[in-house]
Amino acid sequence: MVSTKVVKYSPWLLHFNTGACNGCDIEVLAALTPYYDPERFGVKLAPNPRHADVMVVTGAVTKKAGERLNRLYEQMPSPKFVVAVGACAISGGVFSGSYSVLNGANKVVPVSMYVPGCPPRPEAILYGIVKLLSKLDGGGNE
Amino acid sequence: MSLIEIPVGPQHPALHEPIMLRVKADGERVVDVQVVTGYNHRGAEKLGERNTWSKNVFLYSRVCGICNTVHAQTYTQGVEAIGNVEVPPRAQYLRTLIMELERIHSHMLISAVMAEIVGFDSLFMLIMRDREPVMMLKELVTGNRVLSDYYTLGGVRRDVDEVKKDKILKVLESVEGRMKYYKKVFEEDFTLSRRLGGVGVVRHDEAVRYSLVGPTLRGSGVKSDVRADDPYAAYGEIPFNVITYDGGDSLSRMLVRFDETLESIEMVRYILNHLPQGPIAPKTPIRIIPAGEAFSRVEAPRGELFYHIVSKGGDKPYRVKVRTPSFHNIINGVIAYREANIADVPVILASVDPCISCTERVLVIDERSGKARSLRLKDLSRGLLDGS
Repeated sequence: MVSTKVVKYSPWLLHFNTGACNGCDIEVLAALTPYYDPERFGVKLAPNPRHADVMVVTGAVTKKAGERLNRLYEQMPSPKFVVAVGACAISGGVFSGSYSVLNGANKVVPVSMYVPGCPPRPEAILYGIVKLLSKLDGGGNE
Repeated sequence: MSLIEIPVGPQHPALHEPIMLRVKADGERVVDVQVVTGYNHRGAEKLGERNTWSKNVFLYSRVCGICNTVHAQTYTQGVEAIGNVEVPPRAQYLRTLIMELERIHSHMLISAVMAEIVGFDSLFMLIMRDREPVMMLKELVTGNRVLSDYYTLGGVRRDVDEVKKDKILKVLESVEGRMKYYKKVFEEDFTLSRRLGGVGVVRHDEAVRYSLVGPTLRGSGVKSDVRADDPYAAYGEIPFNVITYDGGDSLSRMLVRFDETLESIEMVRYILNHLPQGPIAPKTPIRIIPAGEAFSRVEAPRGELFYHIVSKGGDKPYRVKVRTPSFHNIINGVIAYREANIADVPVILASVDPCISCTERVLVIDERSGKARSLRLKDLSRGLLDGS
């Protein structure tokens, strides 16, 4: 197991929208801007799943995006973590029960941290990621 | 030389939404672009039949997070038309206010994303920084930053008082100055004008023939705006100009958005200074809507948004059909990619301000075969004309 210490100092994020309304996505985007200054925690957006440590999943996970979500997760190097952002990524939100959604990211990939809200505020998203980092001494998902 | 097929997406750092462009390239030159969608189809139209009329206000707000109030506006004004519900004038003005605030933040967002895509990261950061105060204004008025849930059948849920009014006017003053500056940057900066000018040209006649909407249409010199053509809410009483640019390229489309933002700021000022007195919502909640049918359209930040609502009486809709502006702009916008360079593909995609979560409302996905259906360009536009 690669030491989670490496991730702890500078987690690179992979953002994947699995069928969100954009609300969470623009808040994730806002969380990456200077007003909230994520780089004080070393948080940065990764250009590629193979560079990423933490996957930020938004959206209710549609059936079609679910396959992609799984593929992206497999492409990420270990140790890797998933943060589910927003009510949809947690349980499907207002879209739960629809014929085309899987109701939540944890149906496809193991989720380490849930950030509730519709959409959560940028501060909450950053707090979720930082809280995940402080948990890291316990080890990640191999 | 054989053609190379390059998949762009569905996960990519440029846009935060899942859409896939299958780009066929001959060297650096783009020969054909196919749009693969369906990653964001959530079945909101079907879900709407399950929910009650008032619950659906929340559901349809969540069709698109960026333009959530216009979705709520289109839905509620359609339902109100069926039920003959009179909306108090103050509520109409407040609805217009929040829609214009949303237009400001939406246009600022796409300007920022565009700056990021062309590699001008500091401009992205600056515009996003100046967008935050607008989000705070939205929170001040509605109680939430993004998904405002401001609407209720027959009115709005919160009022604006003098303190909030002063705060909004003060913040908008600084936003206006910044937007004027950013417009100047987009017009005069050498890199930006080279990356955007003359890229992804859609001629006037093509824009009409392919029924593009919103700033994408007005960037090709077509004067069409639902706010002016078919006034809804309080737009009939508020003076504003419809902005057009004749270039038809990505730069023109961006400049339309900058001018519209400045226009929206003026409109917000007018609304706050001419806010009528009176109630903001009916005393009793509206639950039952009689049988009937309504078409409803509004000008979203991305163009004309259209709802068709059918009621058979009772507390639930029979059918809600949603047709969003991005549906036309993304799928028919593929004409803009002809003869472009590979590096221009993200620029052109961003210049139509794509909103994938909107688009996915009306698509037919082939679930039976369980894989992405690849269509020819011709089939794609025919599917669109059928309305799917």
